[in-house]
Formats: sequence, structure tokens, C-alpha cells
Amino acid sequence: MAEKTIKIRAKLKGDEVTVKALLKHPMETGLRKDKKSGEMIPRKIINAFKVDFNGQTVFEAALEPAISANPYIQFTTKVMESGEFHFTWTDDDGSVYETKKSITVQ
Amino acid sequence: MTDLKRRTLLKATLAGGVIGAAAGAGLLAPIPLFAAASKSGFDAENLPDALKAVFGSDALIESAEVELKAPDIAENGAVVPITVSTDIAGAESITIFVENNMRPLSGIFALGPRAAGFASTRIRMGKTSNVVVVVKAGDKLYSAKKEVKVTIGGCGG
Repeated sequence: MAEKTIKIRAKLKGDEVTVKALLKHPMETGLRKDKKSGEMIPRKIINAFKVDFNGQTVFEAALEPAISANPYIQFTTKVMESGEFHFTWTDDDGSVYETKKSITVQ
Repeated sequence: MTDLKRRTLLKATLAGGVIGAAAGAGLLAPIPLFAAASKSGFDAENLPDALKAVFGSDALIESAEVELKAPDIAENGAVVPITVSTDIAGAESITIFVENNMRPLSGIFALGPRAAGFASTRIRMGKTSNVVVVVKAGDKLYSAKKEVKVTIGGCGG
């Protein structure tokens, strides 16, 4: 799972956007054992998810091992103007996955 | 087969989304900074402890205005779709707990000033349990719960 895949959908309805974000990630709990070696598989979790819209935070989440692999998060927010969503996922090991999605309000 | 399942799940969450979009709420709530609180919450091993660690209180108000959507029976505990929506004004955050998980706290979703009272995600459940969702608005904690039966646990082991 070296390759990181991010999928974003943002759908505008009136002045509300429904955003769906999916990151390909194992979300290893740190509680499982490797069946062959019997050793614990180290924890590897996306512990934070943050979404900014035009520089302002619109949604934030603290995630835990109980979130499924390939964390999927959906939320809705109002937008007053066109702009860009900025998504940030933070991994336990400090790596950060980012992506952007712009939306146009007519 | 796996793919088929995923499709159905996606559809289920999509359907939830439409209802959530209709529920516009919590427009003026600041984003809470939960770093410190949530660390101890994630370590807590039973529901009251987890609640106290996150909110400083376990006084929940059961509310019909908090809507929790979860399957009655989850075939696969590793992927249980959960959708929460609420009409409560000033909702600041949505927190998901699974009572019988080793660590009940599953995730905290902080709603921005313009975000609707809505969040949807997929969680892991070790065994059949009550799923408890808490909506924080001001200093009140509104909650809803639902039992989800799990046929195959999803926390590994």
C-alpha cells in the first residue's frame, strides 16, 4: 500500500456542498498480530483530518483505530463564494497527505 | 464480491447524505481544539471514562434531534457505515463511541462555523454493541444510540 490514493467528491446543492473524502490507508490498529511471526503489527493510523475552505477551517476530525481502513468521511458545509477546499490527513508517523478541490458557485 | 459490498455501502452512505444536506445547523460554533482531551479519550477503556475524558462529563441527554443511522446487522465489523445528523442549533462536534469496543472512542468530528450538523464515516466494531453518538452544543451533550449486531468482528486479533 505504498501508493497513496485520494478520492474527493464535492457536490454543490443550493449553497451547501456535500463533500466525500476517501484516503487509501491501512489504518493499522497496532493491536493485531502478524500470523506468521507472531509479532505485533505496529500501529499506523491517520489520526487527524482537516478541511479548509479559502483558508478557513470548515471541518476537522480526530480519528482513532476504530475507524475503518481506507477512512471515508462525509460532511456538508455552506459556501458563500467560489473557492478551494484544502484537505489534510495526518499520519501517526508524521506524514501528511494533502489534496485540493475547487468549487464554483454560480 | 468485496467490490459489490463496497458499492452497497457507498449507496447507503450516499442516501444518508441527502437527508444530512437538508439539516443545516451549527453555523456559529467555533472549531474546538481537542488535541489534549482526545488523547486521553482514545486510551479510555470504557464508555463513561471515554465520555469524561472527551467532554469532562458523562451526563448525556437522549435527544430525538440527534439522528443516528447504522445498520441493524453488520456482516463485517471492519466496515460499519455510520451517519449522524442533527438539527440542534449550535452543534459544535459529533463524537462516535462504540460501547463494547476495547477503546470506545471512535472519532471526533468538529463542525466548522458553516458546516451542517452532519457527519458520515465507517467504523470498526469488535463485537455486537451499542453505538453511541454525542452531539455537543454549548455545554450540553445530546446523544442517540443504536445497537448494531456484528457477525464477524473487525478489530483483528
